[in-house]
Amino acid sequence: MSNWLTDYVRPKIRALVSRETALPDDLWRQCTSCERMIFHRDFEQAQRVCPHCGHHMRVDPKFRFETLFDAGSWQQIELPKVPADPLKFRDQKRYADRLKEAQAKTGRQDALEAAHGKIDGMPAVIAVMNFAFMGGSMGTAVGEAFLAAAKLAVLQEAALIVFTSSGGARMQEGALSLMQMARTTVAVEMVKDKGLPYIVVLTDPTTGGVTASFAMLGDIQLAEPGAMIGFAGARVIEQTIREKLPEGFQRAEYLRDHGIVDMVVHRFDLRATLVRILDLLLRKRRDLPEAPAAAEPAVEPPAEAPTLELVRTSEPQPGE
Amino acid sequence: MDFEKPIAELEGKVKELRHLATGSELDLQEEISKLESRAAKLLSQTYAKLNAWQKALVARHPDRPHFKDYVASLVENWTPLAGDRAFADDSAIQGGIGRLRGRSVVLIGHERGHDTESRVKHNFGMARPEGYRKAMRLMRLAERFGLPVVTLVDTPGAYPGVDAEARGQAEAIARSIETGLDLQVPFVSVIVGEGGSGGAIALAAADRVLMLEHSIYSVITPEGCAAILWRAADQASEAAQALKLTAQDLLELRLIDAVVEEPLGGAHRGRATTIGRVGDAIEQQLAELDGVAGADLRRNRREKFIRMGQAVEA
Repeated sequence: MSNWLTDYVRPKIRALVSRETALPDDLWRQCTSCERMIFHRDFEQAQRVCPHCGHHMRVDPKFRFETLFDAGSWQQIELPKVPADPLKFRDQKRYADRLKEAQAKTGRQDALEAAHGKIDGMPAVIAVMNFAFMGGSMGTAVGEAFLAAAKLAVLQEAALIVFTSSGGARMQEGALSLMQMARTTVAVEMVKDKGLPYIVVLTDPTTGGVTASFAMLGDIQLAEPGAMIGFAGARVIEQTIREKLPEGFQRAEYLRDHGIVDMVVHRFDLRATLVRILDLLLRKRRDLPEAPAAAEPAVEPPAEAPTLELVRTSEPQPGE
Repeated sequence: MDFEKPIAELEGKVKELRHLATGSELDLQEEISKLESRAAKLLSQTYAKLNAWQKALVARHPDRPHFKDYVASLVENWTPLAGDRAFADDSAIQGGIGRLRGRSVVLIGHERGHDTESRVKHNFGMARPEGYRKAMRLMRLAERFGLPVVTLVDTPGAYPGVDAEARGQAEAIARSIETGLDLQVPFVSVIVGEGGSGGAIALAAADRVLMLEHSIYSVITPEGCAAILWRAADQASEAAQALKLTAQDLLELRLIDAVVEEPLGGAHRGRATTIGRVGDAIEQQLAELDGVAGADLRRNRREKFIRMGQAVEA
């Protein structure tokens, strides 16, 4: 465990704390993978990617909207209200109470949020799952929200981009949650029928019924480095086959190597990659004079996004 | 099954008396019929009020008719078709063309097997990606020739294995749902035993979804749900109740279209009757879908699924 960071950074924290006891706790973040400390300003600047090990930490929907849409171009969609707890489900706790707790904890309605706006001037709807809300599980609310996002994409002739992160179906809604697999698939079809791009970005973790429905139906499938992506959980598989799982199993890079995702994209390069894909799919002719009304001012990519070598390999960044 | 013990005891007694009666002058007929009617009454009472967990056990009963039994009784000129044209043939999902009540259909379904050897061969009805990809291929074949698609669903779920994940289990299921929703031919699905999660809905995104009276259809097994939410697998009975996974629950939630009645004491006590009723139900549903244009079938099917959340709201 000994390295320059634990030896160097931790004592420094202690020194700081001892000098100034009122120091707020939230000045430092800990990497959920390498467990090293990151100063909060560095953390935000690095788009919540660990500067030491390159681990992509989970982020909330707002983060995606802010980092991907053209500045000031986006607006969050009001999502349809759905009946809470349709089955009156109760395990050790009432589902109605679990829902309320999750809403209080996150300040959000449910596990999917959507916004519409422009990406490099091109219209897009971005839907983002929120793992912090009951493990990003998919129930009626998520299904309805996804449908609303798809319908808006159709209405605005916009691309639909979805960021997945989910433990799977929301068991507390029984077969109703299972039906969301079919309902979200219909939503995807509505977008595709209109000839609009449907782009999936798989983020950590994406499993179960979400993976086995709209998360695997993208025209283009992207994934964030190291993201855990699979149908069955690793524990279930281990119990079934009674063997150790292969190295890197169900990670984004494993899926790319097995032909299931198109590319693994570093978070720094995500916007530029999306811009490039949308540009190629939507602005089909550069050889013709552009219709004057269609021209939108292109927005400069953020400074940290490199203009060349847009897709990086997924190898962790050198940290030590 | 535990809850059938009192019935089995009575039936055992009847057998014993019969055996006694054949070897002697005694006239036990009156006694035998009395016991028989008691057994029948107990059976009907028990099955009239099976709880969700008991239904899960009945749905998984090894003597329930399986895919091959339905094919043997209902389908003429059965022509099984194999393989996904990419990797392998998956025995957990069977499919082919045949004539069902006079109609040419593409019939696809899970096969669980009936003894140790066949269960292993069919992987207990747990399909791998190539199984769903075969199903999709056959659905498209049906569409090309304007044949209806009929699926029989009976699976604990999709196979959770390293090889299945490596070949894109989730993608195969997602595409299978997508293909079902896209078809421009009639598509009828019957849950005949266990409708286990994604592995089941992969074959059941249909115009009409029917369930046998004591079958179940669930997002997770009661055991799995209990292990996660109760942190105790022995709470499966409670989980089954909470999940609302019976045919009656799903009909009430308007997630399925009809329930096919089973003979007294469950499908495993009246296999031929069960198969016949499933055949009747499929025939009726296909007749109702006759003459509907392909584009309308597809639109109606999609709208049906879209309405599902909203149906509960109403």
